[in-house]
Amino acid sequence: MPRGALTGSRIRDRRLAAGMRQADLARDAGISASYLNLIEHNRRRIGGKLVANIARALGCEISALTEGAEAVLLAALREAAAAGGVPVEDDRAEEFAGRFPGWAALLAERHARSDRLGQEVAALSDRLAHDPQLSASLHELLTAVTAIRSTASILSDTSDLDPAWGARFLGIIDTEGRRLADGAEALVRYLDGPAAAAPSAETPQEEVEAFFAARDWHLPELEPAQPEAIDPLLVAPELKTLAGRTLARAAMERYCADARLLPLKVLIPFADDHPGAIAARFAAPLDAVLRRLALLPGREAGLVIADNAGAITFRRPLAGFALPRHGPACPLWPLYQALSRPAVPISAHLRMPGPTARRVRADAVAMPVPTQADDQPPIFTAVMLLRPAPDEGAAMPVGPTCRICLIAACRARREPSILTPGGISQAL
Amino acid sequence: MDKRVLLIEDEPSIIEAIRFILTRDGWSVQTHSDGTTAAARVREARPTVLILDVMLPGRSGFDILEDLRGDPDFAALPVLMLTARGQSADRARAERAGASRYMTKPFSNAEVLASVNALAAGA
Repeated sequence: MPRGALTGSRIRDRRLAAGMRQADLARDAGISASYLNLIEHNRRRIGGKLVANIARALGCEISALTEGAEAVLLAALREAAAAGGVPVEDDRAEEFAGRFPGWAALLAERHARSDRLGQEVAALSDRLAHDPQLSASLHELLTAVTAIRSTASILSDTSDLDPAWGARFLGIIDTEGRRLADGAEALVRYLDGPAAAAPSAETPQEEVEAFFAARDWHLPELEPAQPEAIDPLLVAPELKTLAGRTLARAAMERYCADARLLPLKVLIPFADDHPGAIAARFAAPLDAVLRRLALLPGREAGLVIADNAGAITFRRPLAGFALPRHGPACPLWPLYQALSRPAVPISAHLRMPGPTARRVRADAVAMPVPTQADDQPPIFTAVMLLRPAPDEGAAMPVGPTCRICLIAACRARREPSILTPGGISQAL
Repeated sequence: MDKRVLLIEDEPSIIEAIRFILTRDGWSVQTHSDGTTAAARVREARPTVLILDVMLPGRSGFDILEDLRGDPDFAALPVLMLTARGQSADRARAERAGASRYMTKPFSNAEVLASVNALAAGA
């Protein structure tokens, strides 16, 4: 590491801590007080023998004055300056880092973060651009649109069009119109359909989902509840980031706690009972029952956990009931009703629009997270269990999330759907 | 001026429309829909202007164009490329392959006509 000017700040700190005057240290080190002043303010580079003299005068090791994280910090600042597109005082980076280490560290950290985010955005748009199904659907749509646009303008712009040609072009518009409708429907199915069997790990949450999905949403290692079995599981290939491992650990700790309350062997015989009855039988909280029922071996189920800001923190997808990949879901979900009536069980039969949707039974409850002080705002966690239900029977129409919802008239709609500019009416 | 265009495209509706527009403007329009035999067809037809779709069965328009540009007889043939994908990567690829012009679907009839006439005039 070069002995950069940040050494000056350290000298100053040491001197003040030792209660020495600048003039005294300068004299001991054999330099003028004004030169020491420049050094201390990182205005002069310092090295070699002079550092040794000052260290001796201060009664500390040379390394205490010269080594540290500043080289890394300075490199990060220079990188940020190079990428920023804003002219900065290049020659004063050391002085900046020395005088405002906190701000400098913040700037370096922000730069690293923006770099990382840029990479993530590039990776996501890359994924979108190379999604073969999406690109095939779009090609189909664009081809149909091209044919319709071209043919329609021939029909409208050609005043002396031969009737035979006119009929032919109308036929093309009809054919291509139908193709456009089919293509749009395929696209909707793709965007609206159940999440892929193995979610691709992009966000920490998706890593956790991929981890659970790879194990078919059940962890025999934690049955019976063994918290010491969690650590070995954290090396799973799906958990790629520290954030992913942190979330996975929390999910598994919750899993263990639930497994302790409701051991697999005693729960299985009653798994088809009403969740409220199970909670009563085992004197277990309903949210634990719902989580447990959603993660039993070999059973098809879905699970959504949200905090009281409505953000979804855990998702197990269920075929026929699309969960949004990002952001808040449909406000009509029992999950959100539960948040407005904490500790009250909310159950309903639901059905989403679309040909691949199926009728599901949803059981939800929101429970308070214990507080440790009187003045803390209450926090709730809502849990919604989803299970396949017989196809016949009443069901409340709900969507995945407004952005990709097909229900036209909905009092809960907060933004237009990208799939249906006007929305299409939905018979349920 | 010799007004012969060869359209290599596999979508019947788009073929019909482009054929109609160009024919009314005095062009003689030949069409071909298969990617694998497209280059041979171009060599045989020797059109004034070639309209070449990128997404073709058998062989991509990029490959066909690279093939043609490697042949001194067709190095200067005016070629208008059509594609349903407007990504900048495709545009760059079309330029590298040697497209004279590039048009993204959906296009307007006027655009097609203007492009083909401009290419024929050597623009």
